[in-house]
Amino acid sequence: MLTLIGRRLAAAIPSVIGVVVVTFVLTRALPGDPAAYFAGPNADAKAIAEIRTALGLDRSLPEQFVRYVGDLLRGDLGQSLSTGRPVLVELASRLPASLELTLLGLVISLAIALPLGILAATRPNSWVDHLCRVIVTLGVSMPTFFTGLVLVYVFYFLLGWSPAPLGRLDAFFSSPPDRTGLYLVDSLLAGDAETFVAAAGQLVLPAATLAIFTLAPLARMTRASMLAVLSADFIRTARASGLSGGTVVFAYAFRNAMLPVVTTLGMVFSFLLGANVLVEKVFAWPGIGSYAIEALIAADYAPIQGFVLTMALLYVVLNLSIDLLYGIIDPRLEPAA
Amino acid sequence: MSELLRVENLSVAFRTRGGIVRALETVSFSIARGETVALVGESGSGKSVTAYAAMGILDPAGQVTGGRIVFDGIDLTEASEREIEDLRGREMSMIFQNPRAALNPIRRIGTQIADVLLRHGNIRRADAPAEAVRLLAQVGIPDPARRSRAYPFELSGGMCQRVMIAIALACAPSLLIADEPTTGLDVTTQAVAMDLVRDLARERQMATLLITHDLALASEYCDRVVVMHAGHVVESGPVAELLAAPRHPYTARLLAATPRPGIALGDLAAIPGELPDLRRAAAGVCRFAGRCDRRRDDCAGSLPPIPPGPLHDAACWNPL
Amino acid sequence: MNETLRHVRHVLTENPVTLGAAGLFVFFVLAALLGPSLAPYDPFASDAARALQPPSLRHWFGTDALGRDIFSRVLVATRLDMAIAVSSVILAFAFGTLAGLAAGFLGGATDQAIGRLVDTIMAFPLFVLAMGIVAALGNTVTNIVLATAIINFPLYVRVARAETAQRKSAGFIEAARLSGDGETAILFGQLLPNILPIMMVQASLTMGYAILNAAGLSFIGLGVRPPTPEWGIMVAEGAGLMISGEWWVALFPGLVLMLAVFCFNLLGDALRDIVDPRRRS
Repeated sequence: MLTLIGRRLAAAIPSVIGVVVVTFVLTRALPGDPAAYFAGPNADAKAIAEIRTALGLDRSLPEQFVRYVGDLLRGDLGQSLSTGRPVLVELASRLPASLELTLLGLVISLAIALPLGILAATRPNSWVDHLCRVIVTLGVSMPTFFTGLVLVYVFYFLLGWSPAPLGRLDAFFSSPPDRTGLYLVDSLLAGDAETFVAAAGQLVLPAATLAIFTLAPLARMTRASMLAVLSADFIRTARASGLSGGTVVFAYAFRNAMLPVVTTLGMVFSFLLGANVLVEKVFAWPGIGSYAIEALIAADYAPIQGFVLTMALLYVVLNLSIDLLYGIIDPRLEPAA
Repeated sequence: MSELLRVENLSVAFRTRGGIVRALETVSFSIARGETVALVGESGSGKSVTAYAAMGILDPAGQVTGGRIVFDGIDLTEASEREIEDLRGREMSMIFQNPRAALNPIRRIGTQIADVLLRHGNIRRADAPAEAVRLLAQVGIPDPARRSRAYPFELSGGMCQRVMIAIALACAPSLLIADEPTTGLDVTTQAVAMDLVRDLARERQMATLLITHDLALASEYCDRVVVMHAGHVVESGPVAELLAAPRHPYTARLLAATPRPGIALGDLAAIPGELPDLRRAAAGVCRFAGRCDRRRDDCAGSLPPIPPGPLHDAACWNPL
Repeated sequence: MNETLRHVRHVLTENPVTLGAAGLFVFFVLAALLGPSLAPYDPFASDAARALQPPSLRHWFGTDALGRDIFSRVLVATRLDMAIAVSSVILAFAFGTLAGLAAGFLGGATDQAIGRLVDTIMAFPLFVLAMGIVAALGNTVTNIVLATAIINFPLYVRVARAETAQRKSAGFIEAARLSGDGETAILFGQLLPNILPIMMVQASLTMGYAILNAAGLSFIGLGVRPPTPEWGIMVAEGAGLMISGEWWVALFPGLVLMLAVFCFNLLGDALRDIVDPRRRS
């Protein structure tokens, strides 16, 4: 297992290098004056010149790159023009909000997609199968931000079941003591059931919006891969051995069918992190996505760069954990004992 | 000898895009306790479908449309799914071709054996792993304790077939169906696997239904042979008698196409023509007539099927 | 050819949903071509007296906060949304196919370099990368097209590379080589036409994604600027009004956007069935 982790970590290094190079290229090597970008739209020539020297933009590109990497290693992502605070600090304080939302979205999505795909595969042409097909086709066509707004209209305006889509916690509540930054976890740790319920209430709609978007590829893959596995030779053996239907479907078919699904998770995470930005805007969610949008509107470049870098590194980490998960499920990847 | 399995006028049809395929038509044969019977025919002749129907593991597209399958006094066509599930793996087991693909690739082989034991074997969960190791030893797997923790991809094809046999025999069934068990194995391993099946069967008084396209293999290991062609039983009888004096033209052809000592490879005769299209075949008529050189005008008439039983019989209007 | 036509008709008529999608496609094309001349109102004309009117016979989709007719704006926006999606797909298609051909045919260092580029793009969550690109290149419609093309590029490269590599040593390529065709002639005369149908399927399958992506970017305020009518930005304009119950401002542009994506996805599936029946789902 350790060798496997080591090998996967080594395989992730080129991705990290690529990400760092691209974020550098996006800011420094493009036509236009990067100093003017970083100085913001309202800066005069003197301010721009100061920024140029401060960022080392008067040096050669290789020199700038070395300096950029050095800054990254020290955790220096620059300063936000609009708030004047270090980008790293702001991203770090907002990341938990995004993570909590994204993870819950993924959990909801998996909780629906996997059973749906399995039922559709084990009962071909039944109503579950047809439902699965409709969801799969419709789901990929729904613009995330639009789904979110429709949910808001129905569940907040019409039915009044959910709280106003304005952030992580209603104004009447104070945020739970900060341990993990995830409100659900923190409120539980503090034993504060009321805050937990309130935070969960705020989370449900945005998380459901994300889930609807990622449901389609997951359900589609689960169904297809269950169908393929259920007609495999070893399933016939299991049935010929009299193993019960449940054992055949779960212990035999499902675990094998999960392999391609886990592979799909990489694409799902890509979708999820992108959709997360849109959902944060719709629900005024104080995560790193809405931080980036604010910065985009203010033409405040350092936060955007920091955001792209954070998202990309997060994605690399997620892909890494997918690889490890795959290694746990599939013994064939481990060096033979 | 008392009868263990009796297949009587069994018909199976498959729904396909191209129409209904009547894969089996009034197939009858029987197996006595401890007896070894071969079901012989080309690919597509319905051997495996017969076996799957008997095991109750037909593909959902396939359906038994007529006849009975009586196992140990129980009519399987009437029995509930639950009852059949209880019999499978306990009283009747099956081993397949391509053993490596027939084992769950990501489950340890010891666990796969234990799964069957725990399902049928009246064994405590704690004892299952040790029993699995004992079974592996019984099928001749060296270092069984270590191998029981291996995955199929870590074993050779021959070893995988032994594991399959161990799974099938875990609960000491009274009938083993071996579906082309030597396909996908190399020649020396084939003989070893077949010897193992024969020895274990003798030891346990277990009946064996060997499904094969290889008459030579059948003649070596079986007491009786049932020859199938295009979903019909065309001839059945004791092995020596049937091989010495085949009565159905198809059996004769098959025999002529089988390599055996003293016959040069060049003298082997291929069987002309192909299996008929089972979507269009008329009911109850000889399906070999189109390929047969002994065809007469009355061959188009409906043909009485061979009844189950040990006698030598052929379904032919113009037998040899 | 007759065979193909019959197959096309079979795919279209076998599934009424596909037929519906084809009809919808014609509708969108007409709207894109004729939108501005069909619109009952000037999409830019604001009228405070008519602000936020719900759908009625006069204003089928209602009016927005500035009193503009939403139906006219949605109709006129079709051209811009389609133009963004189509041009980004054409860009990704052209460069992706060429790069994939080169990687699959030449192999070696070219293959590795292109592979590295593709991997680097794929190392980002794609929508986030598109945001970064637009932010860096400048907030214009052209850059939205470019960003959408860049994030779609890897898909085309991968398909083209795989299909090329698979055909490189096929019989018909060997035959062309033996009959004296040069490598360039083989690449563009034999391989390219051979993988083109599959690349077209790929293009139609990514079309819906391109529309979604572009609309998403303009929803967060990138690219298209108000008052230009565009579906994503119109949904953004109506977003805040959802909470106060003026549902029509965001609903109609969102619904049309969804229909467009849905239509292209269905047509992509149908086209795949026509070109490559083996991969039927």
